[in-house]
Amino acid sequence: MALVQIENVSKIYQTGEVQVKALQDVTLSIDEAAFVSFVGPSGSGKTTTLNLIGCLDKPTQGKIFVDNAQVDGFDRRQSAAFRGDTLGFIFQAFNLFPVLTTYENVEYPLVMIKNESVSKRKEKVLKVLESVGMLDQKDKFPDQLSGGQKQRVAVARALVTQPKLVLADEPTANLDKKSAVNVIRLMRNMRDKFNTTFIFSTHDPGIMEEAEVIHTLEDGRLVHPKIA
Amino acid sequence: MIRIFRIALRNLMRYKRRTLLTSMLITLGVLMVILFSGLAGSFKEMMIGQITDSNLAQMQIHKKGYVSSIDTSPLNLTINQKGYKKIEKLLKENPDVEAYSPRIKLSAMLSNFKETTNIRLNAIDPKKERKVCPNVSDRMKFSGSEIPDILLKSGEIIIPEKLAKGLKIKIGDPVVLVANNKDGSVNGLNFTVAGVIESLVGPQGKEGYMHIEDARSLLRMEKPEIIEIALRIKKFDKLDDVYTDIESALTEFKNKKGKLAFEIHTWEKLSPFANIARMIDFMTISMKLIMIAIVLISVLNVMMMSVYERVREIGTMSAIGTAPGKIMGLFLAEGLSLGLISTLAGNIIGIVGIYFLNIYKIPFAFGRNTIYLLSPTISFSELVWVTSIVLLISVFATLQPAYKASKMEPVDALGHV
Repeated sequence: MALVQIENVSKIYQTGEVQVKALQDVTLSIDEAAFVSFVGPSGSGKTTTLNLIGCLDKPTQGKIFVDNAQVDGFDRRQSAAFRGDTLGFIFQAFNLFPVLTTYENVEYPLVMIKNESVSKRKEKVLKVLESVGMLDQKDKFPDQLSGGQKQRVAVARALVTQPKLVLADEPTANLDKKSAVNVIRLMRNMRDKFNTTFIFSTHDPGIMEEAEVIHTLEDGRLVHPKIA
Repeated sequence: MIRIFRIALRNLMRYKRRTLLTSMLITLGVLMVILFSGLAGSFKEMMIGQITDSNLAQMQIHKKGYVSSIDTSPLNLTINQKGYKKIEKLLKENPDVEAYSPRIKLSAMLSNFKETTNIRLNAIDPKKERKVCPNVSDRMKFSGSEIPDILLKSGEIIIPEKLAKGLKIKIGDPVVLVANNKDGSVNGLNFTVAGVIESLVGPQGKEGYMHIEDARSLLRMEKPEIIEIALRIKKFDKLDDVYTDIESALTEFKNKKGKLAFEIHTWEKLSPFANIARMIDFMTISMKLIMIAIVLISVLNVMMMSVYERVREIGTMSAIGTAPGKIMGLFLAEGLSLGLISTLAGNIIGIVGIYFLNIYKIPFAFGRNTIYLLSPTISFSELVWVTSIVLLISVFATLQPAYKASKMEPVDALGHV
């Protein structure tokens, strides 16, 4: 059963009088609990694809289904609710909240989105922090952590709400090679542990090798899927 | 909710210097309002008390048309015995009236047997007058250091201090008063100067005092007549309500022509200080408006900066599923927290300031030779008002930036550099 289904999706950006075709007639599906990578050079449409799957943007044409919901027609409020319920996000620049500790950053979605009780929150946060190996850093602020540690916290934040799908746009781009590999392996371990589907984008050949399914994009077109 | 406010506080502390400066500005605005309201309110209250409790009284009842011609002290606009009894009954039945005192106002010529000058006199029933104007004796000087139990007896007169100096009249000296009667004839009587009185600002502030029975003799009133009835009510803050009640009751009394027989005025209509009091109120309101402007501009500036500096963060919040309303709520909590902390600081410093102003009282001269000490106070309701308005304006000033944050498209916000 496909968790993500993209049907004939195109995305065109209008910049002044110039039209930029970011995605052209892309069709693909991604299964549950898959560990998928979108690869391609800069400007190939990786981020656009992730944004469309993540309900952050809308396609110019085509349909997108995520977890049996047609997400391309969602309004702002529906999109936000869907992202909070079903999706997790990991960003290239980590995007942790600088005023919150590791614990509070991971707790944030449970406070602001899930409205869970203090005891439940604590249980979930500690569990996920332990899973990503950051329990001992829980009281530190982001500026006291290394890049690899920050991304681990970001992974924990993405997983704490137990989403079905985690989207990671270039999650290793700001990391050294060793940390990058560690983070990708952590993501795969988390997929194994929580059965969460992971989709990430990268242009690093060493990282893309870690993916089980690779979708290559060039000039907004899907070239071919590669099964590892 | 507590968590949201904790996040809001952390965000405020992210830019400590900016937050501190803004907070200090708001605190200063609140402090200014509290101190000004306290001082101005104290000044106003003291002066109103001085005017109403020493000579004017809180309200006055006259025959219709008297106040419009008050400068000439007309003797043809008197209230006769029958009218006085009717009004007296009405006042006795009113539970809000504490005391009333009949008066005769007259102009006369005062002579020390060498020189003569004109004098305006307030003829009173001393016992009743003291109940209506408890501070009537404050400005008076008598032969002894103590104020006599009976302010003045029949045959005695209290004259303005300036006039006494001018005519070199001392306490205990004999004087002659000559006055025109209602029918135009002239009458004179001998009096003894029982005391002198310092003048006070206002139309009735330079009057001398005599006994009401002496005034009737001097003016050859065959039947008891009076010019005005001075009133004191139990609660000064109910002045307008009591005024309305009595005014309405007085409409029952008509003259032979079927028109209103009597008129009633509050001190505000009788004293020019009412305009100063209104000016003080206006200045207090102006001070509050300045404070509102300070809060509005400060909070708006801080929150706009905060939103512009945190576009990517807002994008992250939105991307991970934070509802637009909650993003807006987070920024509103920041603005509210900034206002709350600042106004609390302003309130505390203001209360301490008022406390110290009460210890080191501010001397203040009003009128001649009169030094008053200002004792500023601030009511709890005033503090609540100031706090509420600061909080309200803080939220109002945050609305636009918070709304802007909540409306950001996550994909654009995340790409913001």
